[in-house]
Amino acid sequence: MAIVKNDSLIEQEWITVDAEGDLPSSDENIIVPLARFKEERDSLLGRNGGLGVELNPGDTPEDLAGDIDRLSIITVNFPAYTDGRGYSYGRVLRERMGFTGELRAVGDVLRDQILLMHRCGFDAYDLQVDGEVALDKVRAALKEMTVYYQPTGDGRATAQSLRERRRAALEQKAS
Amino acid sequence: MYRYDDFDRQLVLERTEQFREQVKRRLAGDITEEQFRPLRLMNGVYLQLHAYMLRVAVPYGTLRADQLRQLGMIARVYDKGYGHFTTRQNIQYNWPKLDEIPDALLDLAKVEMHAIQTSGNCIRNTTTDQYAGAAADEIEDPRPYCELIRQWSTFHPEFTYLPRKFKIAVTGSPNDRAAVKVHDIGLRMHQNEAGETGFEVLVGGGLGRTPFVGKTIRDFIGKNDLFSYLEAILRVYNRFGRRDNKYKARIKILVHEEGIDKIRELVEEEWSQIKDGSLRVDDAEIAHYIEQFAPPAFEALSDDDADFERHKAENRRFANWVRSNVIEHKQPGYAIANVSLKPIGGIPGDATDTQMELVADLSEKYSFGDVRVTHEQNLVLPHVKKADLFAVWSELDKADLGTANLGYVTDIISCPGLDYCALATARSIPLSQRISERFGDLDRQHDIGELKIKISGCINACGHHHVGHIGILGLDKRGKEFYQITLGGDASQDASIGKIAGAGFSEAEVVDAIESLVTKYIDIRDGGERFIDTYRRVGMDPFKEVLYGDR
Ligand code: HEM
Ligand code: SF4
Repeated sequence: MAIVKNDSLIEQEWITVDAEGDLPSSDENIIVPLARFKEERDSLLGRNGGLGVELNPGDTPEDLAGDIDRLSIITVNFPAYTDGRGYSYGRVLRERMGFTGELRAVGDVLRDQILLMHRCGFDAYDLQVDGEVALDKVRAALKEMTVYYQPTGDGRATAQSLRERRRAALEQKAS
Repeated sequence: MYRYDDFDRQLVLERTEQFREQVKRRLAGDITEEQFRPLRLMNGVYLQLHAYMLRVAVPYGTLRADQLRQLGMIARVYDKGYGHFTTRQNIQYNWPKLDEIPDALLDLAKVEMHAIQTSGNCIRNTTTDQYAGAAADEIEDPRPYCELIRQWSTFHPEFTYLPRKFKIAVTGSPNDRAAVKVHDIGLRMHQNEAGETGFEVLVGGGLGRTPFVGKTIRDFIGKNDLFSYLEAILRVYNRFGRRDNKYKARIKILVHEEGIDKIRELVEEEWSQIKDGSLRVDDAEIAHYIEQFAPPAFEALSDDDADFERHKAENRRFANWVRSNVIEHKQPGYAIANVSLKPIGGIPGDATDTQMELVADLSEKYSFGDVRVTHEQNLVLPHVKKADLFAVWSELDKADLGTANLGYVTDIISCPGLDYCALATARSIPLSQRISERFGDLDRQHDIGELKIKISGCINACGHHHVGHIGILGLDKRGKEFYQITLGGDASQDASIGKIAGAGFSEAEVVDAIESLVTKYIDIRDGGERFIDTYRRVGMDPFKEVLYGDR
């Protein structure tokens, strides 16, 4: 039970609330499921504490289009690691909707998926293991592969862009 | 042919190292078989009935001589001296030991090979026309695009946990030899009205328990836009494909349930948002890949070769082989030579270590070091001088690789079935061997002409039975194997799914049943008609009658 973000362990500062029921006091930072956010949008935005939204498989991240700058965090739930919908949500949120807050993977988050998640825009991982173990896993996972073929929004140089750079350098040398 | 550069090489080596660590963790008991399963599957390691199986990718069915030689070495060192070429243009080894698989993968990496994209719910190894770059009828060599697809789809971070596996096939010729209409995405190269070359895009084809012929989602996509368009389809599938039932998870079900128009709308909407992004491939980059698949240094030859004609006239067996196994090449004086892995009574698609090494040697000597694997489980030497065909055939013949049966009734596709596969409901290999023996006589095969028999050992349809002119599906009825026959399937540009003829046949009856179908066809065919043509003309009834009479 540890959250890793930007190469360090971070505290859980958010309360994830259910689809229904009472909310904690207005000062608390809360994360609400997308459906509830859509229903209670105005009152939720009027609270004092921080606000985040949880996406579940089948949700439409585009529903957040008008409010993306008002959210500090979006969590994407992977109920089973085999359910890969969250990868698309990550890319849509980052690359299309321009979300700049924390994008946290929650649920069945395992070492072998972390690099993929990172490539799809996630910057925080809620793992089911304890502190240092979680940090070690994330660190190891992120450096396991160093060659990337696909351009995503993660800023990594693709093999293709490196090839082009090299070709250009060679041409310059030749001329 | 495409050669790996340091980036490609690095990626494969990192992957090999990663898997070695995972196997170490498993053997040390740090992880359970349960936890190990997805990891091994992502590296082509399956658990079959008797042992682990290693599936090695042959991207777009193209091999270099040194690669095929290495496949032979691996068969000898890590397996029992043979390998099995599959309908996915891959090769499978049936008896590797888990603790040795990392070494086998390292030996593969040395020749730029691996087991990536051969299992799991990812975009699988892309397949294409085995005659790419050689066929007289092709518009353009599809392999540069296949290589670009390979790179785009290798460890795609967004599409590694799709609802289900995803298969893409490409044809550069109007005569489809890659069965593109029964793949999740089929790409057919053609020219638009402006004279530009691009692709028709089909989606939602597939076999398995619910077979479909793919539907056209877009008539034409330009080469520069192909990759963003593929990404758009995959994103729509990843987001909206069903995940509640593994049998309904392929894109074919999504297309079927939502309708192609709805899917097209979603894909076009998605594509409109990414088409000008970083997946747009410019002409210079495409040219760079086309150059990597540039034709080999063909000699300028006359298309007629006197020695070749003389050998044909003098040697009937050679002439027969030329007639069935040699196909027209686009370069005058050259031919495409098909190496049958279907000796009469043999196991379809199996090749021994020494056979692989021989074909590798022959390719070096006679075919620019180029070998292809076909989805019909044969090998191809794509660029042989006509003048060399006799020498090639003589060598092949000595190694039991010179069978003259390409496209004939004994050129059977068969999945491994109950001899190896944990999912099988019946055996398929022994049945294919018995059919092959029944029709072994070459004159009879010539007389029957093109007839594609395809056999699967269960409804998963790895043996393509749905698209066999005659398809055979092995099932289990109260502990006894029985075989269901379908007729009228076709994997070509005229793709169709076969129809079930009626009640199944016992193992003892099924070969006779096939023979009665063939006899009926010969009785009623019009001049020049293939079995499938006759079936299309007369329909199921006459065939049903010979199978069941009044039954
Ligand atoms: C351990 C052995 C194998 C297992 C466990 C296995 C499993 C499966 C399964 C479960 C399906 C159905 C997928 C679906 O409908 O969603 C399938 C389809 C297929 N497999 Fe296999 N298979 C095996 C061996 C092979 C072999 C040896 C070949 C090639 C000869 C092959 C090629 C195919 C093809 C072409 C299809 C049908 C096309 C499609 O709809 O994907 N498989 N396989
Ligand atoms: S069709 Fe069935 S028996 Fe044959 S290989 Fe596929 S899963 Fe196994």
